[in-house]
Amino acid sequence: MKQKEFNFKDYIRNRYFPHIWCPGCGHGIVLGALLRAVHELGLEKNEIVVTSGIGCSSRISGYVDFHTLHTIHGRALAFATGVKLSKPSLKAIVPMGDGDALAIGGNHFIHAARRNIDITAIVMNNRIYGMTGGQFSPLSGSGKKATTAPYLTIDRAFDIVDLAKSAGATFVARSTVFHATESKDIIKKAITHKGFSVVEILTQCPTYYGRKNKEGDAIQMMEGFNTHTAKIGSKKLENNPNLIQRGIFVEDKTVPEYCEAYDQIIATAMKESL
Amino acid sequence: MAKNKPSEPRTKNRIRHLIDTQWCKGCGICIHFCPEKVLEFDEQGKAKAVRPEDCIACRLCELRCPDLAIQIIMDKEDNHDHP
Amino acid sequence: MTTHNNIRFIQGNEACVEGAIYAGINFFAGYPITPSTEIAEHLASRLPQQGGKFIQMEDEIASMGAIIGASLTGNKVMTATSGPGFSLKQEALGYACMAEIPCVIANVQRGGPSTGNPTHVSQGDINQARWGTHGDHAIIAMTASSHQDVFNITVDAFNMAETYRTPVIILLDEVIGHMREKLVIPDPGVIPVVKRLQTSVPKDVDYHPYLPREDGRLPMSDFGGEHRYNVTGLFHDMWGFPSNDPKIVRGLLRHLVDKIENNVSDITRYKEYWLDNAEYVLVSYGAAARSSIHLARNRQARGVKLGVLELQTIWPFPAELVREKCAGAKAVMVVEMNMGQLVAQVKSAVDTPDKVFLCNRIDGELISPTDIKTALRMIQGKGV
Repeated sequence: MKQKEFNFKDYIRNRYFPHIWCPGCGHGIVLGALLRAVHELGLEKNEIVVTSGIGCSSRISGYVDFHTLHTIHGRALAFATGVKLSKPSLKAIVPMGDGDALAIGGNHFIHAARRNIDITAIVMNNRIYGMTGGQFSPLSGSGKKATTAPYLTIDRAFDIVDLAKSAGATFVARSTVFHATESKDIIKKAITHKGFSVVEILTQCPTYYGRKNKEGDAIQMMEGFNTHTAKIGSKKLENNPNLIQRGIFVEDKTVPEYCEAYDQIIATAMKESL
Repeated sequence: MAKNKPSEPRTKNRIRHLIDTQWCKGCGICIHFCPEKVLEFDEQGKAKAVRPEDCIACRLCELRCPDLAIQIIMDKEDNHDHP
Repeated sequence: MTTHNNIRFIQGNEACVEGAIYAGINFFAGYPITPSTEIAEHLASRLPQQGGKFIQMEDEIASMGAIIGASLTGNKVMTATSGPGFSLKQEALGYACMAEIPCVIANVQRGGPSTGNPTHVSQGDINQARWGTHGDHAIIAMTASSHQDVFNITVDAFNMAETYRTPVIILLDEVIGHMREKLVIPDPGVIPVVKRLQTSVPKDVDYHPYLPREDGRLPMSDFGGEHRYNVTGLFHDMWGFPSNDPKIVRGLLRHLVDKIENNVSDITRYKEYWLDNAEYVLVSYGAAARSSIHLARNRQARGVKLGVLELQTIWPFPAELVREKCAGAKAVMVVEMNMGQLVAQVKSAVDTPDKVFLCNRIDGELISPTDIKTALRMIQGKGV
């Protein structure tokens, strides 16, 4: 049977809209993709916990009509680990900014990946600290302008996909807000995947990153996501291997999920204590 | 499940653009990416469907609207997903 | 009924574990740190035996975050640490104050500042427990000087965390944590255990997670349950949504402080020894109280009117109690193993602050009855 048609108003807290994000900010597109993914998976709102940290992206938790936990800067994955391990039946989704996930939260990011706990981490990568007014992030990369890099950045950027892969994440993917449907489809797969999933979504901050680095307005930045990226296995990528790759890089179903592994510990402990 | 028949003529009433002007922040993303140039800014700088009859219901505006301000409403029997 | 099965000869850290289990703990997250590690070790073994969960996190901050997350799904939670780790937990501890998340943090104190004196005793975190996290807030911190009391205050800590929806800090010290002595575990039901207060608001009726009842309590709804709401460390409205409306900010801050400060008498736990007609009163807590009690017993036998007020609730500071118990004394001596953290509170509580003296030890060794006797002789004008 066909499910009810998608209406995002069924999944948001209407009273808090319009949201706080700037005109043209890509975060709202990620929000839309997430809600569509949840809808298409047919998930119950009561089985989802969205945990976030601090920053523009982290405000997403307040807007969605799920169980929502807006925590402290960088620590969302740690809080979500407590939620998930204590009640594994819940779907744990953690939207994060690039600074939140990989600067202050970098340690939690790699350890959640190492544990392979069933959490979907969505890194909304706009390569800047937006909420504090445009400071460079660990994803800005070198040669960029930011309020804390008036003479250009000298810090190199992380590659979120490579980092997640080497830390042991069992689902790793990348898309952009230009590719809203692709983002939605990837988020669906990530939520369905049993284990730690990382979805990097390139998103624009026209207010700070775009303006400081002369990348134009939101529209031009989105066009850039189309121009500068290519799907894994595509002709476009073959012709220009330097493009940023999109798609699913890792989907490993052989690694035990953490909560399930802990259930085995419980079984062992109960047997030994008899 | 019914599919949109490409041969079927489009009418004004079949596709409605529900635009919340309180939520729209006027970024212009929907206007820029609309393949049929259905949308334009109104006098307040908010998105407006000025040529709704040209809409092919690709929903790119809805999918890419960062403000969740646009909904494409398909009337009655056409209430289904689109390619 | 006391049977061999419920008599133990164990460390204070294990007594804390036993108290936590009695109180119904089912989730623990921690990170190894001396001298608290035995709490994590024993719970790693005990929790899964009864279907509970133990997780060793990547750091102290993550441990604090994980217990907050697990509390929200309806669990009784605890973490354990020591000075440097306690410092790391402070931001998330403040979050638990703001978001009103029941949780228990055991801090087995060691010498500080910094890495300090990890394997030696200190009581240097009295003020960190009170003001370690930023901003105005109220907090509950408890301590004990014997394993039976460690057990009891741990049960109290879990109970108060639920009653007041707040983090509660258990301040042990290295001597109490590592010393072995007898513990009798009471049968279930002997000490009341407070269950989480769940909302009675039915499904589909608007539930306000941050709207206090008339009695000031906030019934909870577990994550995964029928009510969906937001939890945040920002000032928030009754739905838990961020707000900077001055009225909401003021109202919430007042509520966070009042719910604890207005219940000092219910929260206060203490013990008193020979206080009737005491000419001299020792105010002490934790391991220092053991030496104080020992000396007082010894002096009483020689006719010296020396009493002890042992505080088990440190914060909120029971000023009224201290004032009343010290009113008749010629002199009051605060016995603690730090540079004088609680003495300032005692001075401000009593009518004549000039009669309050500090007897302390700060070299990582346990303060002895002789140390206290020497100090007492000085204030008695008897010389050393």
